[in-house]
Amino acid sequence: MSSRDAILARVRRSIGSSGADLTRRATVIDRLTRRPKSVIPARGQLPPDERTALFCAKAEAVFASVKRVQSATEVPEAVVSYLRSNNLPQAVRMGADGRLSALPWNTQRQLIVAVGPSAGDDLVCVSYADAGVAETGTAILTSGPHNPTTLNFLPDHHLIVVHAGTIAGDYETVWAQLRDRFGVGVLPRTVNMITGPSRSADIEQTLLLGAHGPRSLHLIVVG
Amino acid sequence: MSVHPTSPEFKSNAHGALHSPSLQKAMGNVEKGFIEKRRIAAEALPEFEALRDSARDIKNHTLAHLDLYLEAFEKRVLEAGGHVHWAADAAEANAIILDICQKAGARTVTKGKSMISEEIGLNAHLEANGIKPIETDLGEYIIQLRGEAPSHIIAPAIHVNKEEVEADFRRVHTHLDAKRDLTAPTSLLAEARGELRARFLAADVGITGANFLVAETGTSIIVTNEGNGDLTQILPKTHVVVASIEKITPTLNDVAQILRVLGRSATGQEMSVYTTLSTGPKRAGDLDGPENYHVVLLDNGRSAMLGTEFEDMLRCIRCGACMNHCPVYHAIGGHAYGWVYPGPMGAVLTPSLIGVDQGGHLPNASTFCGRCESVCPMRIPLPKMMRHWREREFERHLTARTTRWALRAWAFAATHPKLYGLGTRIATRALSFLGRKKGRFTSLPLAGGWTTWRDMPAPEGSTFRTEWKKRGRK
Ligand code: SF4
Repeated sequence: MSSRDAILARVRRSIGSSGADLTRRATVIDRLTRRPKSVIPARGQLPPDERTALFCAKAEAVFASVKRVQSATEVPEAVVSYLRSNNLPQAVRMGADGRLSALPWNTQRQLIVAVGPSAGDDLVCVSYADAGVAETGTAILTSGPHNPTTLNFLPDHHLIVVHAGTIAGDYETVWAQLRDRFGVGVLPRTVNMITGPSRSADIEQTLLLGAHGPRSLHLIVVG
Repeated sequence: MSVHPTSPEFKSNAHGALHSPSLQKAMGNVEKGFIEKRRIAAEALPEFEALRDSARDIKNHTLAHLDLYLEAFEKRVLEAGGHVHWAADAAEANAIILDICQKAGARTVTKGKSMISEEIGLNAHLEANGIKPIETDLGEYIIQLRGEAPSHIIAPAIHVNKEEVEADFRRVHTHLDAKRDLTAPTSLLAEARGELRARFLAADVGITGANFLVAETGTSIIVTNEGNGDLTQILPKTHVVVASIEKITPTLNDVAQILRVLGRSATGQEMSVYTTLSTGPKRAGDLDGPENYHVVLLDNGRSAMLGTEFEDMLRCIRCGACMNHCPVYHAIGGHAYGWVYPGPMGAVLTPSLIGVDQGGHLPNASTFCGRCESVCPMRIPLPKMMRHWREREFERHLTARTTRWALRAWAFAATHPKLYGLGTRIATRALSFLGRKKGRFTSLPLAGGWTTWRDMPAPEGSTFRTEWKKRGRK
């Protein structure tokens, strides 16, 4: 018998089931298709403006910085001013995401924009979030040909553009959007839920920012 | 590393720990670091208690249908282009992972923090076969340099002081300037970041654990703060996930319920920094990510716990809250427990996984104060299960002969009330007489284990039963 069959047989024996048990199968199929939600915290269930405000406040509470702009056309300017105020060179890397390439980068003359995955030598990368979650100030990003995951982890500074209209109250709402977009039971290779910059408390329980991932996380919230 | 348990020597381990000033200093950080943060985070979420119930119910449901959810998970992983391997025990898991590494032509592998990899002794197995495993979580990196096992399931180097980290870095990072200043913890962190960056980029295989395996989508999820787990699983060509079978969770909605209690219970964070969902290898057109994705499902004793009085333990999400709140753990640290899992959860799990003959002492390391159960997000009745182990240990005659003899004598006397009354009256008067000066004993014959650490109060002079009778008459 293969280990697979042996393990499953032992599990069934311990549970006291033959495996052919139709009620148990029906219960499992029901849960996987109905996907009950259970307890959703009330704190994120707010009108859009307050939801965005909660998202920003929660992100700041975990040491992300937040810049709010009225429209997407202001994003390149917000990026440049972040670089300037942190004494960083005018260079960023990003994916070929249409939501980013549509922005007026050419208005920022000194800014050098590289496109493609990171090999580890970029100080600053820019990504576009698929969604935000207000209850904890979490940005949600998905991988794909135009959204390499290395951009989210290798730079010292990670800038994420979040459209206010995509900020949900809770994680469950975002899961539902992913199912609509990719299909039920299907996900892209990587879904990142990012809540603040990288940190460690492994030395004497002292919280230090900037472990292996980005030392700084800057959210540009549009709308 | 952790392959040979020292749990049978628990008593001498604990004794050594109590006499180590550096450990006692380091353990002060547990209370400082965790307890207050958890309390604040829990109180800030009105639904926290309801979420604990929900999390418990989800896991109970999953365990009752574990075979079917495992099959559903496997199907989704295969559909996404990944591979699933089943390992009955540690040896089989190690062999599977070594084979994957060898086929990938691996020389070095990076590792995200994984308790399962500690449980199976993976590093030693890889090393013995010429493959260099590199721990990348800061705490794991520190203890790997020191050749130690973790002493806490989420803060593996909690027993190490900053000065010791500095000494280890100077000993190992000899290519760096010997005069560099490492007094600030930030400079230690920066040095580790620099050292490990090149390793991440050069590794052939990345090995992570999983906090959840999602049946709905065939996804493995890791929850971390440093970002090392992510660099481990996106940079190398091959990503191997090693996880035990009870990590299965039915749906993403179920994951969201448990996530809300995990971070808060572990570190007092409402959400850890990186919660990452990995499904299969990279897709057509993806510019980064691993080309191969393997999940190794480990049983190693779990299936035998199902359907027993220890089944509740399989709900554990390894948050560490039980040890953070345990007075025994605070006093002796994690290494005294002698194997991979310390604290209350270890006291229950260790005898289940390596046998009561090896881990049978651990369930005695409890004051039964109940704090562990009161903070466990999965509502695992840890004290009750420690009692089950004590009963089993007694039945198997593994308890010390003096304890058995004394308990038998007590049982005989207790079923003979007159004799019991006489015996306790004599003993109470004798103790009361002997301890009448100070009202307490600083040493007692046969009770050195008690009086070394605290005084035994002397009885007031009459027994409970005598007093009870007197009151009854009034
Ligand atoms: S037993 Fe409970 S408190 Fe302890 S690690 Fe497991 S889930 Fe956390």
